[in-house]
Amino acid sequence: MSLSLDDVSRIARLARIEISPAEAEQTRAQLNGILAFIEQLQAVDTDGIEPMAHAVDVVQRLRSDSVTETDRRDAFQVIAPETEAGLYLVPKVIE
Amino acid sequence: MTDFVNASLREIAAALAQKKISSVELTTLFLDRIEQLNPTLNAFITVDRDKALAAAHAADAKLGAGGAATLTGIPLAHKDIFCAEGWRTTCGSKMLADFVAPYDAHVVERLNAAGMVPLGKCNMDEFAMGSSNETSFFGPVKNPWNPACVPGGSSGGSAAAVAARLAPAATGTDTGGSIRQPAALCGLTGLKPTYGVVSRYGMIAFASSLDQGGPMAKSAEDCALLLGAMAGFDPRDSTSLERPAEDYCRDLDKPLQGLRIGLPREFFGAGMDAGVRAAVDAALAEYRKLGATTVEVSLPNSGLSVPAYYVIAPAEASSNLSRFDGVRYGHRAADYADLDDMYAKSRAEGFGAEVKRRILIGTYVLSHGYYDAYYLKAQKVRRLIAADFQEAFKSCDVIAGPTAPSVAFKFGAKSADPVQMYLSDIYTIAVNLAGLPGMSIPCGFDKDLPVGLQLVAPWFGEARMLNVAHRYQLVTDWHARMPAEPAA
Repeated sequence: MSLSLDDVSRIARLARIEISPAEAEQTRAQLNGILAFIEQLQAVDTDGIEPMAHAVDVVQRLRSDSVTETDRRDAFQVIAPETEAGLYLVPKVIE
Repeated sequence: MTDFVNASLREIAAALAQKKISSVELTTLFLDRIEQLNPTLNAFITVDRDKALAAAHAADAKLGAGGAATLTGIPLAHKDIFCAEGWRTTCGSKMLADFVAPYDAHVVERLNAAGMVPLGKCNMDEFAMGSSNETSFFGPVKNPWNPACVPGGSSGGSAAAVAARLAPAATGTDTGGSIRQPAALCGLTGLKPTYGVVSRYGMIAFASSLDQGGPMAKSAEDCALLLGAMAGFDPRDSTSLERPAEDYCRDLDKPLQGLRIGLPREFFGAGMDAGVRAAVDAALAEYRKLGATTVEVSLPNSGLSVPAYYVIAPAEASSNLSRFDGVRYGHRAADYADLDDMYAKSRAEGFGAEVKRRILIGTYVLSHGYYDAYYLKAQKVRRLIAADFQEAFKSCDVIAGPTAPSVAFKFGAKSADPVQMYLSDIYTIAVNLAGLPGMSIPCGFDKDLPVGLQLVAPWFGEARMLNVAHRYQLVTDWHARMPAEPAA
């Protein structure tokens, strides 16, 4: 299938990436090129094949429910764009 | 002093142990080479002379006190995908251009503990997405063999740094060929371990079910030493494997008598340049002289590996890269209307074109109504590809073939068409999908540029694979060739 400009802006919205109208057409053409390339998977018979999510079949490990990390709030917040009183600042979301 | 520029890690280690040279002298030698040659090559994004020399002084103290490890005092370069505490860690992106890592990746932690001296952080394709290093926010890396050509990618800075002898060795990561392909294009030995052998903790995630860190160096022996220091269980990576420690040097010298090398029919068809084919064929002839036999094998689904990869890897990337939201770290746009707008603008400004394309593809193949048709389908094909290798290994011990279809190409040759670029990794991607160990070793030249021979082993077959590479390197000198230095 081929993506329309509306599809491209819907995907960009889902991905939280702003795309200008000027970029949209080129993006559409390139995404369609990639989708046409991956389309060949559809012709493969995969009846009865289990999806493979990981290279090595391992069971998720569990650890004991105990504190292992130290408090490094200052070190982690010094790299944030905007903080105040130990909190991350973002634009207001609730009026 | 210049002897050390082209010396093996064992030779350097012996010189350090015998006090023929100090780590500070050695580190200064490579820092000076970086200062002299990096402006042309652009292999490093960050070099920190003070930090490097401080680590070298500490290594010299350890060497003086006795009880130092084999690698103590030897400098190396890190791909800028590995977090190193107090070092700028950019992942080749504007998004992280000012990010100073607050902690060490497991790989960095282990190599520091081994006493190795970090020289700096190497340039790379943005978020490891690329096969030519042209997607880096910090500009392309030049191939030391021919500055008009790409070094390969995504670990192109690491490859160029070691090829130009700006560092004795480097770390890299490989999601679809990002260690092996640049190793081939720059004339190095590079190894991608079995998935789960090297911890992904602190290695900025691209496609988590495929990403593996590994060594890039001048020989199989060097890679064996480095892998021994890098590998190990780490509870902070949920897919890190709990296995006994291995000495990857243990089988290096074993004779190859009776070795069965599988040649996948699909890797020797159309698509490979004639000059690459000639070099690979000559290497196989050398192996027969060493007592190995070659058998034809088949990987019937390997042709589907690139399309399957370009569903799975972008899907995982779109999820992993959602963490870059301009809130906790990384780039934040200066002007925005509300929270959603802040996300969308920060990400639009912070990511480059290839990264955006892959996030969009990944978002699409995971979106409602398309998940089964694309993502689940690709995961089923992935199982078929992995099963092909299991079948092939019933009749051979290792698989050999070309690492890349051509030698290093010119800048811009493939950057206009993403799909053409993706096909640079046609021989390497299946190995990541199957989680197998693979490596590239230099096996000749075409058009005055290095050609790589790819070796692939069964799961956890690193020691045997390194043995196969090492015996070849004992009777050939392709791996020891170095590019001519540009006139000062």
